[in-house]
Amino acid sequence: MRAWLQHHRLSLAQTTSRLAKSPFATILNVVAIGVALSLPFGLYCLLANLAAVSHKVSFEPQLTVFLARDATRSDVAAVESKLKAARGVRAARFISREAALADLGRTGGLSEVISSLPQNPLPDAFVVTLSASDPALADRLELEFKSLPKVAHVQADSAWVKRLDALLRLGRTGVALLSGLLGMALVAVTFNTIRLQILTQRDEIELCRLIGATNAYIRRPFFYLGSMLGALGGVAALAIVIAGLVFLNRDLGVLAELYGSDLRLIMPTPREMGIVLAVAAALGWVGAYLSVSKHLLGSDRK
Amino acid sequence: MAIISFHQVSKRYPGGFEALKGVSFTVETGEMLFLTGHSGAGKTTLLKLIAAIERANGGTVLVNGQNVSSMRSSAIPYLRRNLGLVFQGQKLLHDRSVFDNVMLPLVVTGQPYREAARRARAALDKVGLLTRERANPVTLSGGEQQRLCVARAVVNRPAILLADEPTASLDIAYADEIMEMFTAFNQVGVTVLVATHDQQLIGKYHKRVLMLDHGKLQ
Repeated sequence: MRAWLQHHRLSLAQTTSRLAKSPFATILNVVAIGVALSLPFGLYCLLANLAAVSHKVSFEPQLTVFLARDATRSDVAAVESKLKAARGVRAARFISREAALADLGRTGGLSEVISSLPQNPLPDAFVVTLSASDPALADRLELEFKSLPKVAHVQADSAWVKRLDALLRLGRTGVALLSGLLGMALVAVTFNTIRLQILTQRDEIELCRLIGATNAYIRRPFFYLGSMLGALGGVAALAIVIAGLVFLNRDLGVLAELYGSDLRLIMPTPREMGIVLAVAAALGWVGAYLSVSKHLLGSDRK
Repeated sequence: MAIISFHQVSKRYPGGFEALKGVSFTVETGEMLFLTGHSGAGKTTLLKLIAAIERANGGTVLVNGQNVSSMRSSAIPYLRRNLGLVFQGQKLLHDRSVFDNVMLPLVVTGQPYREAARRARAALDKVGLLTRERANPVTLSGGEQQRLCVARAVVNRPAILLADEPTASLDIAYADEIMEMFTAFNQVGVTVLVATHDQQLIGKYHKRVLMLDHGKLQ
């Protein structure tokens, strides 16, 4: 047990000094792995931000029911009672066409344009708040309200949220594919790096086997090397992504201010960063495993 | 008791060259003997079969009671830890000191560092290289390098010492030195098998001789 620990310590020290001995090659490898990992991870972070936005918006499910321009007061009252009676509706707020026009004049900075209009182009409308955030319910009520007399148009505010959700799903599939591909690239990079290392240490490996080294003994330092390369690449990827988010946030801050919003990109959580590092180290280990096993098998056959 | 025993062993290399043909012999525990024959007679192949560096195509090779020819790959390292090997072509590592070269077999087998260092120094002392422990093997003379190989082969206190042409590139004085060391190890109970084509050397020591001729034992 002590001997085993001693060798682990020795392997780790050896690996570190080997990486330090050729800093240029090490840095290039780490950068290659880092860039490969930063693409899927960066995309993942952007998607997480979009998902957060979509959650914030879809919190209050609403339908806007626009009435026909020729709807009379009694028509409005009839529609209102129907809306309020429908199952799944929490509240229905009436916005008269006059109120809507006044509102538009206040918020849109279009008061001059509006005052020059010959007549009010806006219809009467109801803003219907649903009792549950359920896309199926919103769909059902949308159809139901559309068939009411004197209703011209029903706008589901959840429609664009649904579209965003679908886009997010597409994006996540893209990230998964990209992660798979670039994960393979990481394995390939460590495989080759370890192969070169094995070739430079060929004599030592051959000698160690002749004096009774087990395969596990020979593999161990290379496992460390592979995992370390992977983990360092993971650190590089995190640095790239976080730096990217910080830069984007700076520009986004200016843009958000102009729109009077406090929109900011959120940083990856410590858990997500931990997962990236662990996956990178694991992939490096896999690359090392394949490389050393191939070499040992080859020399066994010889 | 026989520590090494070959029974009808043959070895054919890929490409069809038959290095050994039906070789049978036994070596008793604590014996010292020579293996000789012309170049290409099969001396190195025979040593390689004992250390499981090559596998026999036919017959059985028993070492320490274990059947080497049917041994699982994972058991081979443990077989080799009982063997001291002095190779043809030395195989010293030039990226580390004399001391670290001798340490390697102990590090590989997981000896605690202090005990290993003590044994490595004892082995270097036996071959007269203790004062050179910090030197790089490149700076040693040919004779010193060969002595270093011997120290590395015996540091693990093996039961069997196999030497392949240990005196090939040495002048007579150095060759005698090496042979004296082997005799000394043999006297403390190590079984020693030396492959050499040097008839003069064999004549000096009155030991049993195995003579190979085109893969057959004479």
